[in-house]
Parts: sequence; C-alpha cells; structure tokens
Amino acid sequence: MSAPVTTAAAQDALPAVKLDRLPLLLLPVLALVALPLTRSFSTWVTLTFAGLAMGMIIFIIASGLTLVFGLMDVLNFGHGVFITLGAFLATTVLGTMVNWTESDRLLLNLGAVLPAILVAMVVVGAVGLVFERVIIRPVYGQPLKQIMITMGGMIVGEELIKVVWGPQAIPLLLPAAFRGSFLFGEAAVERYRLIAVVIGLVVFAAMFWVLSRTKIGLLIRAGVQDREMVESLGYRIRRLFIGVFVVGSALAGLGGVLWGLYNQSVIPQMGGQVTVLLFIVIIIGGMGSVGGCFIGSLLVGLVANYTGFIAPKVALFSNILLMVIILMWRPQGLYSVGKQ
Amino acid sequence: MSTPLLQLEGVHTHIGAYHILHGVDLQVAHGELTVLLGRNGAGKTTTLRTIMGLWRASSGSIQLEGEDIASYATPDIAQRGIAYVPENMGIFADLTVCENMVLAARGAKRAEDMDAQRLEWVFGLFPAMKRFWQHPAGLLSGGQKQMLAVARAIVEPRKLLLVDEPSKGLAPAIIQNMIVAFRELKQTDTTILLVEQNFNFARQLGDRVAVMDGGRIVHAGGMAELADDEVLQQRLLGLSLAAHQ
Repeated sequence: MSAPVTTAAAQDALPAVKLDRLPLLLLPVLALVALPLTRSFSTWVTLTFAGLAMGMIIFIIASGLTLVFGLMDVLNFGHGVFITLGAFLATTVLGTMVNWTESDRLLLNLGAVLPAILVAMVVVGAVGLVFERVIIRPVYGQPLKQIMITMGGMIVGEELIKVVWGPQAIPLLLPAAFRGSFLFGEAAVERYRLIAVVIGLVVFAAMFWVLSRTKIGLLIRAGVQDREMVESLGYRIRRLFIGVFVVGSALAGLGGVLWGLYNQSVIPQMGGQVTVLLFIVIIIGGMGSVGGCFIGSLLVGLVANYTGFIAPKVALFSNILLMVIILMWRPQGLYSVGKQ
Repeated sequence: MSTPLLQLEGVHTHIGAYHILHGVDLQVAHGELTVLLGRNGAGKTTTLRTIMGLWRASSGSIQLEGEDIASYATPDIAQRGIAYVPENMGIFADLTVCENMVLAARGAKRAEDMDAQRLEWVFGLFPAMKRFWQHPAGLLSGGQKQMLAVARAIVEPRKLLLVDEPSKGLAPAIIQNMIVAFRELKQTDTTILLVEQNFNFARQLGDRVAVMDGGRIVHAGGMAELADDEVLQQRLLGLSLAAHQ
C-alpha cells in the first residue's frame, strides 16, 4: 500500500455546496401574501397557527408514505386506514380515562393522552407489519396491482373498524388542559394547535436526526436513490423497507390521534378523506423526499386555512391548484430525489 | 492458471422473454486481473450482474471458492466478499463522499469507525476523495465519480472486484490514473474481473482475458497472447490494437 497516484482531476474545483432555499422561501412568501388579504393581523396569526398545526399533522402522517414510495416504489393507497385505526384506538383508550382527561391537571391529561398515543402507534405499527406481508409483498414491482389491492385493503380495513366501533361518528374530546386559547395581543391561538405544532417539530427533528446522523438513515437515503446498489453493498433492502413501513404506519397512527383530536370527532371514512391530501403533499414535496414532504405539508395546511377564510369557494380546490402551480414550476416536486 | 476464485459453468440468463447468456463458462484466478472483452450486447454486463445476483441465472453454476452462489440473494453474495462497480457507477448523488464510503464499509457506523490506514491508502490512490470528503457526490465530475465508485469498492478488503467499464466516458488523463490505481490494487493481491471495451486500457492491466460474443465466451487465455496477435484481435473483436492506437 504505497505509491500515491497523482490525480489530475483532484485539482479541479467543485461547485460550491448550495442549499436549495427557494422552496423554503415559499412558506414566508405565502404567509406575507396572505397577511393583507386577511385584513387583520390577529386573524392572520390565528390562521397561520391553524395552518401550521394542520400541516404538521399531515407531515407526521405523510412522512412514512413518502419514504415507502421512495424505497420500494410502493404506492400505498391504504395508508389512510392506519390514520383511522389510530384515531379510533384513541377514542377507546381516552374513553376509559375520562376522569383523567376531564381533570384540570395537565399531568393527568398527559397521563391519558400519552398511553393513547403509545397504544395507537404500537397497534397500528403491528397492523402495518401484517399489511406489508399480506397485501403489499405479493405485488412488489406491480404498480397497478398495488393501487388496486391497497385501496381494497383500505376498504376492508374501514369495514372492520365499523364492525368494532360502529359506523357512526365518535366524539374525541380534547383533554381539559388542552382546550382554550393563548392570547397574543388580540390574536387567539388554540392551545392544542400549538401542541400539534410542537409535536410535529419534534417528529421532524427526530426524523432529520435519524436520516442524517445514523447508519440506518444513510441506508434509507441511499435506498431511496438506488436500492440495487444498496443491495450490492451487502444490505437487505427489504428488511429496511419493512422497518420503514412499520414506522411509517405507527406515525400514521400518531397522526390519526392528533387528527382526531384536531377535529374532535372520528369517523371510519376519515383516513380516506385525508388520503388525497397526503398524495398531494408527497407529490408537491418530491416523491421520496422527507424535507420536501415537510415543506409540502406546511404549504397545504397554510393554503387550506388561508383560502378557507379569504375565499371559501376556492378552498375546495386550493390544494389541487397549489399542486398544479408547483409542478409547473418544478415537475419533480420541490426537492426531487435523484433516483437511479 | 492458479486456482480459480470464481468459476462459472454453463450459465444461462433470461431477462423477461430475452435469452441473454447462452452457457457462459468462465474462470477467474486468485490474485489476477481478468478482462472480459466483447462488442456491445455481447453479454458482458449481464455476466457481471448475474454473478452479483442482480439478474438470476436460469441455469448453470457460479462458484465462489467452491461455494455455489447462483441462487443467493445479492446482499448474501456481497457479504461473501464480492464488490461491484456498475457501469453507471451507482453513486448516491445526494450523499457526501464520506457517507458513500461509510455505507461501503459495512462494519462502520460513522466515518471514525472506518479503518484509518486503509482509508489513507485509498486516499493515496484517489486524492480527490480526501479533498471532497464532505461534498455531495452528485457534484463530482464524471472521473471523480468513477474514482469514488472504485474507492467505495475497495474501502474494505474484498475477495473479488467486479468492475464494469471503468474507463467509459473518461478523459485520457483520468484513464491513466485509473490504470495506475488498478495496478496498485493488483499488487495487494486483489482479484478483479473487469469488463472493458477500451482494448488499450484492458491490455495494460489484464493478466488474462475472456472474449464474449452472442452470450458465450468465445476465447479465453493470456492477455499477452491476444495483445500480440493482431489476427486474433481482428477475428474476436473486429479490431486490431495497431488500428486502435
């Protein structure tokens, strides 16, 4: 091991490493554009927090979906059933702890909500594992069949939820300490929305840490780009995929709890209703990109809330419009993943 | 020829409806650099991918040190000590040079866990890797990406390196660097199976040569014999070295 080779190319300079900031700028630009249209600073603050909270919950739900697509090109249209299941499990857990949820003491409230979240994540993660083995695995590499069978899986899942919990809406009330608003001047920001934003940031930070600082994260990022090469380096991409699928399902369960609390009631169709938003988000973000999914989720949340107030008729198709505009600008999404 | 490290016998490969390999017989000796030559579509890349398990052999045997690996999954084959540098280099463009190397060093969780002495040796072969250690691999030039692809394959000792057209699309100065690097690798007793179309490149490195045509090996022997025999070159490859220079 000697004789260093002089490499002419080594003398070449590389272009400077640049962070693509343009997609990040979309968020403040959107907020600034909405400010004069809402005609009131306090309303704007309230809408902005509502949009961020909604966006954070969508991010929690969609992040697993985008990684599952990025790693194995699997389009899971059944992801919505994990949300519904998580929310219904929360109604059961919180329903048995009414004394704690109705207490004014924050610790007792947390003592009820945290087990509900834990149960939802564990059970939905386990269901995700079965879903992957029974429904997804037989149709690897067959996109049309994937769409059909995962949609079928969602329908069956919804019906099973109706069998267990019934077809009617079930109230999922916020614990007492989570109700009400914080006042910032004249602007009222609901406590729960602030909590949802904090939980969303924690999940994003944890995911960012895992993806950028751990070997598993490196493998996931590499697998999204070129899974064949990851296998050629000696790693079993399918095991990695199963792990990501289970974690993604568990996160959807967490998102279901948060979404149910956000709407304060749950229905068996709630997952299906959100699924369209999820696909808009992962398409806007760039399929397989977690960073893009994060920005896309916040954009979708903000646009839905701003247009719902400024022009309610536009709100009906505002997210589709957002997707069209972004895809005209960047056809691969905000942060495209360099797939081989 | 010394003991074969890798031995292919009657390997057939189908890709969908297409029958690509028609009974490949090939031996790669311990510590030697064997070059696989042939025209476009002869089956060279398919042979490497079949050895690596990326395309499954429909029949025949592929033995690594006597163990039949034809039915093994790609990660199992890689774990038995085969490294693969594909034609498209397989670089993870969004990852840094460092992260690409950490992935290739299976035992390492982070850069600090890699064998520092081995890494210095790799840096000696390819100084650009040290210089651009924290840069995204996607920003590297074509030549630097090829160096990273080879550096990644040798960051840990491997029994066998499968390298697919390392000189493709590279400037002559970079090709010369590659030749020097492969010579250095040969001195470490690394066994290499190299697919090439650049006969000059192949001639300078190869100990042995196998020529493919129509999904079969049509010639196998010493590189020196082929390099010295223009008639044989014309017959097998449709060119002569003199014409190629």
